[in-house]
Amino acid sequence: MVRRPFFWIIALVIAVFAALPAIGNNVEMRESLVLACVYITLASNLNLMLGYAGYINFGSIVFFGLGGYICVWLVYAHNWPLLPSLLAAGFGVSALALIFGLGILRLRGHFFALATIGIVEGVQAFAENFSPWGGSSGIYISPAVFKPFGGAAEALWVIYFAMVAVMGASLYLSYGIKSSKFGLGLLAIGQNEDAAAILGVPTPFYKALVYCISAFLPAITGGLYFFKSAFIQPSDAFDLTLSTEAIVICMLGGQGTVTGVALGAFLYEELRGYLLTSPTFADFQLTIAGVLLLIIVLFFPSGLMGFIYSRFPRTQKVLE
Amino acid sequence: MTANAAPLLRLDHVGKRFGGLQAVHNLSFDINEGEILGLIGPNGAGKSTLFNLINGVFPPNDGRIFFSGIDITGQPPYQVARHGLARTHQIVQPLTNMTVLANCTVGACFGRENLPLHRARQIALEAVKIAGLDDRREMLALQLTIAGKKRLELARALAARPKLLLLDEVLAGLNPTEVEHMIGVIRRIRDSGVTILMIEHLMQAIMSLSDRVVVLNFGEKLAEGRPAEVATHPQVIEAYLGDPKLAAELEGHA
Amino acid sequence: MLGFIASIIDGVLVGLVYGLAAMGLTLIWGVMDVINLTHGAMIVAGMMLLYLLASALGLSPYLILAPSLIGGFFAGIALYWIAIHRMTGRPPLMSLLSTFAVNLVLVGVGTAVWGTALFNVEVSVPGFSLGRYTFPGPHILAAVLAAVIAVGLYFFLHHTRTGKAMRAVANNREASELVGIPTTRLLAISVGVGVALATVSGTLIGTLFPYTILSGDSYELKGFIVTVLGGFGNPIGALVGGVALGVLEGAVTPFVPVSWTLVIEFALFVIVLIAFPGGIFTRRRGGL
Ligand SMILES: Nc1ncnc2c1ncn2[C@@H]1O[C@H](COP(=O)(O)OP(=O)(O)OP(=O)(O)O)[C@@H](O)[C@H]1O
Ligand SMILES: [Mg+2]
Repeated sequence: MVRRPFFWIIALVIAVFAALPAIGNNVEMRESLVLACVYITLASNLNLMLGYAGYINFGSIVFFGLGGYICVWLVYAHNWPLLPSLLAAGFGVSALALIFGLGILRLRGHFFALATIGIVEGVQAFAENFSPWGGSSGIYISPAVFKPFGGAAEALWVIYFAMVAVMGASLYLSYGIKSSKFGLGLLAIGQNEDAAAILGVPTPFYKALVYCISAFLPAITGGLYFFKSAFIQPSDAFDLTLSTEAIVICMLGGQGTVTGVALGAFLYEELRGYLLTSPTFADFQLTIAGVLLLIIVLFFPSGLMGFIYSRFPRTQKVLE
Repeated sequence: MTANAAPLLRLDHVGKRFGGLQAVHNLSFDINEGEILGLIGPNGAGKSTLFNLINGVFPPNDGRIFFSGIDITGQPPYQVARHGLARTHQIVQPLTNMTVLANCTVGACFGRENLPLHRARQIALEAVKIAGLDDRREMLALQLTIAGKKRLELARALAARPKLLLLDEVLAGLNPTEVEHMIGVIRRIRDSGVTILMIEHLMQAIMSLSDRVVVLNFGEKLAEGRPAEVATHPQVIEAYLGDPKLAAELEGHA
Repeated sequence: MLGFIASIIDGVLVGLVYGLAAMGLTLIWGVMDVINLTHGAMIVAGMMLLYLLASALGLSPYLILAPSLIGGFFAGIALYWIAIHRMTGRPPLMSLLSTFAVNLVLVGVGTAVWGTALFNVEVSVPGFSLGRYTFPGPHILAAVLAAVIAVGLYFFLHHTRTGKAMRAVANNREASELVGIPTTRLLAISVGVGVALATVSGTLIGTLFPYTILSGDSYELKGFIVTVLGGFGNPIGALVGGVALGVLEGAVTPFVPVSWTLVIEFALFVIVLIAFPGGIFTRRRGGL
């Protein structure tokens, strides 16, 4: 893998993300890149399900939100340091995903998608009623938790670099899976699950495993994100919009590709940033996401990368 | 049939119902290592259903299935595949958006030998060559013609390096030259040591290829034996009378 | 005892309306194996039409059912041509994404215009009392109307040319095409009817409960459950499924907080689906 150019392209992306805002101590740019990191992380991990295994997960936000809750709660109620809290969030959410997955992954296509909507509703209702997590008013953590980092300003930088690292890990994970036997099996499932099983792909195990894996990094990013805000509440943590946007991004960039999804996330974030600041469009974020998704599904089902591959066939060898 | 060798596949009073329809009924026969066994019967006789039972698409309602002495009844398809049992589909099932080579690599990776990716690619390349798809290996499966997709089915099954290969009407829909070529391929596969169970409607082909033939009708075994014996079996001829063309072919061959 | 009977009656009344709200979803699902994710938004469209016409023009809520039906039908035809027609022959999940996209547009525009304001349309119809329990008139009327619409739809599917042709298309699209049924037109009509059912149910629900732009979601979710319980594309089945759900809600309310009912219902949905993997559904899928 190290000898492939794509490995170094990812490394370059990580370096640029880390260096650009740090060079001029540019806080504004950093905050915008934080969102780009979140989008890339969420979309890349969703892509493992949607683009590789061909299962639509409307509930990818659950991983992000639950990760946030577990991390913030451990810091707040048990005074855990950040790092173990993050790991607990990642492993805890993955374990939950495995349990849910073993149940709902017996459902095919439509029914799986519907069940994931149910999971969002269920988890959100749980968070709203669960008093240790502050119910619907959520959890605030005091700025004192930033002390070990040498103050709030320093802490924000540390968290940012951690988020860039998680984003990079997501890209390497997508790439690594795609070039592995596991990935080949997933792609086969995505194309024709019955045929894949007959060829010997252990479909139930692979599906549960990828669902579980796709929960890990989003949960950690969720932990970082809400630790950074020092506040979490159900409506932010389980905002269905973010799930939706992750799907739009996968389709925009080209589902099943690593580059496309990252590129799509970046473009979408920029577009969104522009629209939110423009007074005419600020209220129409969802509408625009919808129109964009519709156009892609109707006319460009293979997304940005599909277009690039067909115009420049040689890029297929380099960009995964 | 040598008495001392255990059969590679044994069907023991196998039955399958779909609602009120008894698609396969009380069916028993053996397949011995190294032979080509032909499975024939009129449309709807239950031949493809039998394949589905053997490779675990659904479990039988009655009876047991043994492969190399192991009871595989009710095992899911991916476990059955690991034992060394591969198949092709009557209605082709390509992995549409993957290349021909990738399709075959899946077969090799997850087949009997459970190979790592790079080894699987080499096996897949060989299988692609044997099936005559070498020039099309970088094409997407969906771009193939129907004949090409049939070959892909075969190549993918071969890449799994099976002990037993189930072929469901691989000759259907091919033109005479393609049929000739495919028959050659099947012979070569058998000669390489693979046992074959094949369903076919083309009488000439199946009668010349098979060592033995089993005839199904309404899910039950009507006859079993050498091709020449079966072709003159009065009940078999009667069963095929509903299909005059096939009956004529059958008699012509006898 | 009286309380128990009252809560059952209440469950049945609400359940019939749930059944009506699900009917359009299950019809489209049954005819073409498409899950219409705009269903919730269309229910809200019916509610907003009620609000606009009742408050602006002072029309009686029940008169508004007519424009709601007609408007819904044409909205459905438009939906078919925009988001569903081009998806034939594509992977089934694509229609899920395309209707989801239209849903985003509708919900996006709705929230931009109305925000999350709460709407309430007052309707006065005399109720019915049982001891100290009173069943409000609008609820009774809505339940009766739901039953009437279901029977009407059943009649339409089984005794009219168009309805029979729709069932034929549902059973086997290719074969229907071969015998000369204009499948495309029929599919468009099915979506029209399905969406009209959504808007009408929305208008009717608007006479019962206060609502916001986002209220459609919970009815859409209930629609999935009703479909799974009552079978695909079967209007009477939808009523039965709806009543089952309504009674279940009534039965659990004393024991769990209201915010949990949706979770329980969804757990039920998943459990039913898993308990019958394919079972009750695949047999019915693509058939009415
Ligand atoms: N999954 C299924 N569900 C219900 N009935 C089925 C199913 N699969 C097959 N059948 C029925 O079982 C019977 C046997 O079908 P099968 O496909 O095994 O026949 P076949 O011998 O392969 O015929 P052909 O020569 O036409 O391929 C047919 O009547 C068919 O309709
Ligand atoms: Mg067959």
